[in-house]
Amino acid sequence: MLRAEEVTVRFGERVALAGATLEVARDEVVAVLGASGSGKSTLLRVIAGLQRPDSGRVLLDGEDLAPVPPHRRGVGLVFQEHVLFHHMDVASNVAFGLRMRGDAGRKIARRVRELLELVGLHGFERRSVATLSGGEQQRVALARALAPEPRVLLLDEPLGSLDRPLRERLLEDLEALFRELRVTALFVTHDQAEAFALGDRVAIMREGRVVQVGTPDELWAHPADTDVARFLGLANVRDGTVVRPEAVTVRHIGAGDGGDGVVESLVRHGPTVRLTVRLDDGSQLDAAVTSLEHPAPGERVSVEIDPAGIVRL
Amino acid sequence: MGSDPSRLWRTATYAVPLAFLALFFAYPLLSILERGLRADGSLASPLGVLTDPLTRDVVWFTFWQALASTALTFAVGLPAAYVLGRFAFRGRSVVRALVVVPFVLPTVVVALAFLAVLPAGLERGWIAILIAHAFFNVAVVVLVVSTFWASLDRRTSEVAATLGAAPARNFREITLPLLAPSLAAASSIVFLFSFTSFGIVLILGGPAYSTIETEIYNQAVRIFDLRAAAILSIVQLICVGVAVWITLKLEAFVVVGAGPRSERDVLRKPRTSRERGLVVGALGLLAVFLGVPLAVLVERSIAVGDGYGLDAYRALARPTSALLATPWEAVWNSLLYAGAATVIAVVIGGLAAFAVANSTGPRALDVLLMLPLGASAVMLGFGFVIAFDRAPIDFRAAPWIVPVVQALVALPFVVRIVAPTLRAIDERQREAAAVLGASPGRVRREIDLPIVGRALAVAAGFAFAISLGEFGATVFLARPDTPTLPVAIFRFLGRPGEINAAQAYALAVVLMALTAASIFAVGRLGVRRGWV
Repeated sequence: MLRAEEVTVRFGERVALAGATLEVARDEVVAVLGASGSGKSTLLRVIAGLQRPDSGRVLLDGEDLAPVPPHRRGVGLVFQEHVLFHHMDVASNVAFGLRMRGDAGRKIARRVRELLELVGLHGFERRSVATLSGGEQQRVALARALAPEPRVLLLDEPLGSLDRPLRERLLEDLEALFRELRVTALFVTHDQAEAFALGDRVAIMREGRVVQVGTPDELWAHPADTDVARFLGLANVRDGTVVRPEAVTVRHIGAGDGGDGVVESLVRHGPTVRLTVRLDDGSQLDAAVTSLEHPAPGERVSVEIDPAGIVRL
Repeated sequence: MGSDPSRLWRTATYAVPLAFLALFFAYPLLSILERGLRADGSLASPLGVLTDPLTRDVVWFTFWQALASTALTFAVGLPAAYVLGRFAFRGRSVVRALVVVPFVLPTVVVALAFLAVLPAGLERGWIAILIAHAFFNVAVVVLVVSTFWASLDRRTSEVAATLGAAPARNFREITLPLLAPSLAAASSIVFLFSFTSFGIVLILGGPAYSTIETEIYNQAVRIFDLRAAAILSIVQLICVGVAVWITLKLEAFVVVGAGPRSERDVLRKPRTSRERGLVVGALGLLAVFLGVPLAVLVERSIAVGDGYGLDAYRALARPTSALLATPWEAVWNSLLYAGAATVIAVVIGGLAAFAVANSTGPRALDVLLMLPLGASAVMLGFGFVIAFDRAPIDFRAAPWIVPVVQALVALPFVVRIVAPTLRAIDERQREAAAVLGASPGRVRREIDLPIVGRALAVAAGFAFAISLGEFGATVFLARPDTPTLPVAIFRFLGRPGEINAAQAYALAVVLMALTAASIFAVGRLGVRRGWV
């Protein structure tokens, strides 16, 4: 449905996009995951028509968008910092795209109410946007982008400027919303958890290129290269193979009983504990442990690897 | 996206202001140059006028009174700048708003206030001039310095203190250097205003004290030596040009130097009784300095013999020997002219602001638009007199020339109020609107115009107040049968007698009230920071 082909954008010497190619099917949510500077926001701006590509093209329903100015593309865009119109109230912000489309007043009012209800801001119509919290502003921005029923919804780190608990709540809301509305969306983020939670498929970008696209499971099972593996948090990469941390079993052993290495550090991530073991050959191995009974730093351990957890790149 | 209406609009934003400035600013100025450098159809040396001891005295007085005025303004303003820049207290924003009042008052009103308040013998002369300049300009020092001070991170000084800097040393080595850009900017602005001050010097200087500005008026209007006036204008232009150039340099410096802290993090309530005393003392002294002259002005306008009455105000409706119109007609003329000038200034200045704010526009326009600010009103008035003295434009037969010159004086202020607001519009707001289906023209109508609307209204209020009080240019151009308020006040002062003085005071009070009303209307629009 939406297809970006070999898109290249240069800012002087700097290459922001180096032939990025990406496809989004109808009613599909694709999350674009990449570090800052990987070109993911530039890709969104090219699709929205806010940035002219130096080469390559963008197709929407088979139509080349090159000659179409942003205001006629019918794409919705949600910015990271909301970018609400501060000289208008909440309802006027949401109504903006509908007015541009030339909708009748009564129809606009109905649609605005409908959308504010959808994003959980019922009754906020006449509020000034300056009085809203960050999360509320983000909801208004989302309602504003959705109101004119865009063919594609583009979201540029929409949760990036919010604090963690709020982000997690909005993430759940977005998930539910996407499922309910069956939108075609491209969602840009640097946060792996967000990408995996929202994306039907996830596209990984690096240095202006899309290096791998797949469902979260596919990516986790078969990262395309060591960089992708590291980026996804698979730390045990060596000689073209990846050892999944959950496939590593670590056992505490008494002094003088041999063993394979010493626990160097320990960090708890929610239900799992990640242990870093310094092996006797000097290399490091990460292990994910779910048990509350785990070795402590400085303790000597033996290590076992489940062969099913070894991935060849 | 460079559609035709967009290109047409962009062209208009700089072509219209440029054409206006070419005809009403460059042409009069060139006429002055021509008049000054040529005599009897050939090039003539201006040395005769330049080496005249009178010229030397005038230039010398202009310089030292401007320097001394600047020093006095700082002495009066710095304590208040300190307490406003360091402490949070109830009424702080009200104080900051009130401080602006003298600055927007017409110079004629300020001159009359000091004529009224200063004891006999002191009311005319260099002392009166310096005090009036300090009164007029203290807002610049208080606002510029206190705003900057309030952006300096308090912790910088605290760190210095932990490193062993005693308070005096701390101030000298930390605060003062950090504050320097704002001090430099404020002093250059005050110097410039004192240097080109006209109404105050003309009225309070008496026959003994003349600056370049008032001497241009004397030569042109009283002695009818247009060539000497033209040469003095050129001298003034050069001096002002240098001062404006320095000011612009310093202003760029200030923007770079401004600290990133927001006032909320810096200001704190005064804690000790010494600090509370400082706040009350500094602001109390400022209140007396600014309030008493205006109060006495009002008192003098209602003084009748030993008692009080409205005789002077009642007399405003009657014909007088000082004018070819009744004083009330002068009030009406002023409102009419100022209204027309406001429309011109807002239209031309608004367009110019769009051009200046557009990064792809010609850079030179920015500087060009600031020039009328430096060219001084007297020079503009004089330039109009010699440039437009025959058909197709004869200033004697063209009443619209008065609003045009007033608009020219107000123009830089309009641009300076509107352009920063336009520049501050987040480009992504326009992008967001475009993505939602707004064409480029629609983006301007829906995003730029509403956001800038408030700034335009504020600019209109200032333009109206400036035009209302404009004296230096208007005094050359207003016809005797259609005087404006400031011109009428000046004519009354030129006449002997109690009743003429009382009417001058009454008219000054009316002018003050009208100015205050237009500024108050602006204040209601929620301008939090003045244009300075």
